[in-house]
Amino acid sequence: MERRRPLRVGRAWALYARRPPLSPSATSPPQGGRSAAAIAKAIPAAISFTLLLAAWELYARYGGVTHGMLPAPSRVLLQAWENRAALADNTLPTIRATLAGFACSLAAAFVLSALVDFLTPLRRALFPLLIVSQTLPLVAIAPLIVLWFGFGLMPKIFLVALVTFFPMMVALVEGFAATNKEISQMLAAMGAGRWRIFWLARLPSALPYFFAGLRISITYAVVGAIFAEYAGAAKGLGIYMLNAKNNFRPDLVLAAVAVSAVLTLALSGLAVLIHRLAMPWENAGSESRDGKPSGESR
Amino acid sequence: MTRLELRNVRKSFGALEVLAGISLHVAAGEFVSILGPSGAGKSTLFQLLTGALKGEGDMRFDGAPLDDHGRHFAFMPQRDALMPWRRVIDNVTLGLEVQGMKRREAREQVAPLFAEFGLAGFERAWPAELSGGMRQRAALLRTVVQQRDMLLLDEPFGALDALTRAAMQRWLEGMWRRHRWTALLITHDVREAVSLSDRIYLLSSRPARIVSEIAVPLSRPRAAGSDAARQAAVLEAEILDTLLNPGADRASFPQTAQRRSS
Repeated sequence: MERRRPLRVGRAWALYARRPPLSPSATSPPQGGRSAAAIAKAIPAAISFTLLLAAWELYARYGGVTHGMLPAPSRVLLQAWENRAALADNTLPTIRATLAGFACSLAAAFVLSALVDFLTPLRRALFPLLIVSQTLPLVAIAPLIVLWFGFGLMPKIFLVALVTFFPMMVALVEGFAATNKEISQMLAAMGAGRWRIFWLARLPSALPYFFAGLRISITYAVVGAIFAEYAGAAKGLGIYMLNAKNNFRPDLVLAAVAVSAVLTLALSGLAVLIHRLAMPWENAGSESRDGKPSGESR
Repeated sequence: MTRLELRNVRKSFGALEVLAGISLHVAAGEFVSILGPSGAGKSTLFQLLTGALKGEGDMRFDGAPLDDHGRHFAFMPQRDALMPWRRVIDNVTLGLEVQGMKRREAREQVAPLFAEFGLAGFERAWPAELSGGMRQRAALLRTVVQQRDMLLLDEPFGALDALTRAAMQRWLEGMWRRHRWTALLITHDVREAVSLSDRIYLLSSRPARIVSEIAVPLSRPRAAGSDAARQAAVLEAEILDTLLNPGADRASFPQTAQRRSS
């Protein structure tokens, strides 16, 4: 039973290790809506996924392993469909925990980053604390939090917030700081106060950083919620995986994994969509209108 | 009538002396340039005027000590400083909004000016969709609609390519002839200073002091081909000489311009 746990941890930390830098350039959306070009770009990924799944399927069928050891993808899919009611029943609490935890984390990150922006010394007081919070091993913390807060929504919210708060906070603080100095100076010369400058310049300047952070931390949020459920919950994908494993049903574990992957991708896609809708100016100006080179002022 | 008057204005950052006693004045409806090398402290002077920095010395506006900075100056920063997340018209109304005007009212007030600034049809465009010259015109429009007593222009065309810059200087001269704004321009471009100004203050390198004050009594417009343009070219060469050879004897200073002080 204890054998499998480090594997999940390994996955969670692998995600951290791959954390890309929080800069807008890291998440610049694919340019333009040229659907043909988008499809062409997706072809290599489609091929590699198909090849991987086909190899897995062939090995699982003809490689002499039992499906109790390594189920074929087709079996995982079939079992997922047959157990769809149970899976859906367990997915909903995970979605709820993810979104509730992430909402709390976002609200806290926003308020605290704004405070840090106004009161610079606060940054020196808070950041070491936040960095330490990122060094806590989730395996150790998750059961403790369940011990303290019980099996309800609370510990899940707490864990999701723990893993997502820091990237959001850093993204926002860096975003505020990235405000063009000339814009701030000009606003000050116009007679705008600090709050006005924050609202008119610093907040919009932080948007690209905010969305970069959003897209990354929303994926941590799902992992965090599943982790919390794994450590103890009445329902949820995490506890479903644990039970399936204890019943020697790797096919159901993998079905739950597939659901969590789809959930993560959907949330990440939603973040990209919101990003595009919220920043319509980002894709403007790829060509300048009066035929002059647009690079002359930059 | 003298609007802005500075007497012996000084500014240091710790041990680094940036401005070593600047005295100058700008009359109503006058276009005055401060011409000096890069890093001389020209922008620091503007920051003193806009209140972003505190310095020593006497700064007066219409004879009264300068305290409420925002009331007198409309400031145009070096690069256009257009907000990429605001449409062009909302960038232009920014100053009015900060003054407390409703966005809708501000839009109605600035919309008729777009044609004169060569921006008609681009009201709803994003700044990224404009060319460099158009961005500068939008930035200037944003500056003048604030209806302050005086414009402070900080190297407004410094980031443009040479051709666009020349076109913009000519355009700005035309605009100025029509509106007669009281303006103080910072520049390191001798041609820009000569083609636009009534008077030029030459600034030394850091610590900056006024080396020379040059009147530019040339008729306008100073477009290429005119007599004024030929005289401007002579004056330009002389000023460049002064800037490049600060120690040289300047007794034979231009007949085209009178040097009033040094």
